Amino acid sequence: MSQLSLLKGKAHKYGDNVDTDVIIPARYLTTISPEELAARVLEDLDPGFVNKVRPGDVLVAGENFGCGSSREHAPLAIKSAGVSCVVAKSFARIFFRNAINIGLPVLECPEIAEITETGDAIEVDVASGLVRNLTKKAEARTQPLPEFLRTLVTQGGLVNYVRARLGLSKQG
Amino acid sequence: MGSTISEKILAAHSGQGQVRAGEFISAGVDLALANDITAPLCINEFRKMEAGKVWDPEKVVLVPDHNTPNKDIASAQNAKTMREFAREQGITNIFEVGRAGIAHALLPERGLVVPGDLVVGADSHTCTYGALGAFSTGVGSTDLAAVLALGECWLRVPATIKLTYNGQLNEWVGGKDLILFTIGKMGVSGGLYRVLTFVGEAIQNLPMADRFTIANMVVETGAKAGMIPVDDVTLEYVDQRAKRPCQVYRDDPDCAYERETLFEVGDLEPQVALPHLPENAVPVSKAPPVPIDQVVIGSCTNGHIEDLRVAAKILRGRRCAPGLRCIVIPATQETYLEADREGLLAIFVEAEAVVSAPTCGPCLGAHMGVLAEGERCVSTTNRNFVGRMGHPKSEVYLASPAVAAATAVAGRIVHPEELPSL
Repeated sequence: MSQLSLLKGKAHKYGDNVDTDVIIPARYLTTISPEELAARVLEDLDPGFVNKVRPGDVLVAGENFGCGSSREHAPLAIKSAGVSCVVAKSFARIFFRNAINIGLPVLECPEIAEITETGDAIEVDVASGLVRNLTKKAEARTQPLPEFLRTLVTQGGLVNYVRARLGLSKQG
Repeated sequence: MGSTISEKILAAHSGQGQVRAGEFISAGVDLALANDITAPLCINEFRKMEAGKVWDPEKVVLVPDHNTPNKDIASAQNAKTMREFAREQGITNIFEVGRAGIAHALLPERGLVVPGDLVVGADSHTCTYGALGAFSTGVGSTDLAAVLALGECWLRVPATIKLTYNGQLNEWVGGKDLILFTIGKMGVSGGLYRVLTFVGEAIQNLPMADRFTIANMVVETGAKAGMIPVDDVTLEYVDQRAKRPCQVYRDDPDCAYERETLFEVGDLEPQVALPHLPENAVPVSKAPPVPIDQVVIGSCTNGHIEDLRVAAKILRGRRCAPGLRCIVIPATQETYLEADREGLLAIFVEAEAVVSAPTCGPCLGAHMGVLAEGERCVSTTNRNFVGRMGHPKSEVYLASPAVAAATAVAGRIVHPEELPSL
């Protein structure tokens, strides 16, 4: 996430309480293959999503994004579909943890989430927390991540954080 | 200023005298849990960490409960991955088909969780153990892999919301109704990142089964954990089962609650959460009179022996409505056996319900009762999101075992008192 500081893409806008069952339904949870999960992402919410999404695109949503189950397959499916980051008014806590742990940037930015429509051009500076809607010519800054989480992100996610704790070199 | 139960447990597990809401800590865990959906991904990430051995095989619990008995080849492979990992790592707490059940009913039953514990599980309903005065919360697969490697988990200390329930509950009203009512009042993000502490006369009068149901569903408000302070009911349950000594904590009189809410529940009706959010709770009398195709009685929320007794009381001598399928799932093998001893299984079968082996199956639309397009299900489970139990155009109504059983007989959502007497 630290290497991909400036993210740019087209917005796909959804509402409040996008749950993990619609992000990746349980019928697809017998695999951990990122490609197989990506092929089914958001199927029950927006069946056309996988054909519309382009690398770098941004999911924009309302309150409580990712509520429901602890399935890490949800952020994994989103990330593997090429989505560069998720901007929402708020996130459910396990989804937020999972996203941070696997290196999918998640930004709480109610101002931009409110005004964004599908198709708007979004630019996100992950390092500074600046979120821009280029189409609407608006910008807002998110609360910076707490120091503990910044360390996690800087080290390249939880796998590398643990490797560092174990005295091992960074992976990938 | 004093501390809450959660702050005390988290302080004790992070080697600090005191912690405060908002602080980030790395805490040592007493128990780490994964299931057959989250464990394969967890094991995959654990390998990438190259820790070699898990920090303490005695503190790891693996329960293949979701897609088991294996529903297809991929599920069988996942269960096999868990089995091989357990063997390699010397993990003895792996509970397979025939010795198992749904984790959140199984772990308390086996005495694996005790008051004062810090439990993390790669399963969102890990919050269930708050009913025992433990701090327990759901995490992801990579989170759990880190716990397996280090024995620690990063946590932000949550603020506590205190909920007080006054009054004596009506007949047929219990823990499921209290929690659906609460989710209805708070909304599905009303408890985000918080601990919900449940106190008051109505809570103290509840048996453990109902307390587990309440703590189980706090995640449906976004909460990190639920907490029901330990009392004689808890200790009686724990003393019969616990494998370890427990530590009982209390909220200090001067601890900080983020807010406090008082509910008068003496007049509360049984509750039903309408599609497609658990917050859509209405009294059963306001539920729409739509035809119901399936009823499910079971899950980590309501698969306890007490739940089955309530359902059997209603189904005894009655039959499921024509065209309606009723699936009853005891949560564990022990519950199954006890239900058999008490004659409950015969009552269900005579009522033309089917009794399944313990599994999470239908709750998440995995197997053992998946819904077709347009079908409606009344379920004692915990989520009714779009597509949760099957087709994205199916509907799930969440209710208690009493309402679910009465619905199975009537073919539409009814209060048990509406059934003609036998």
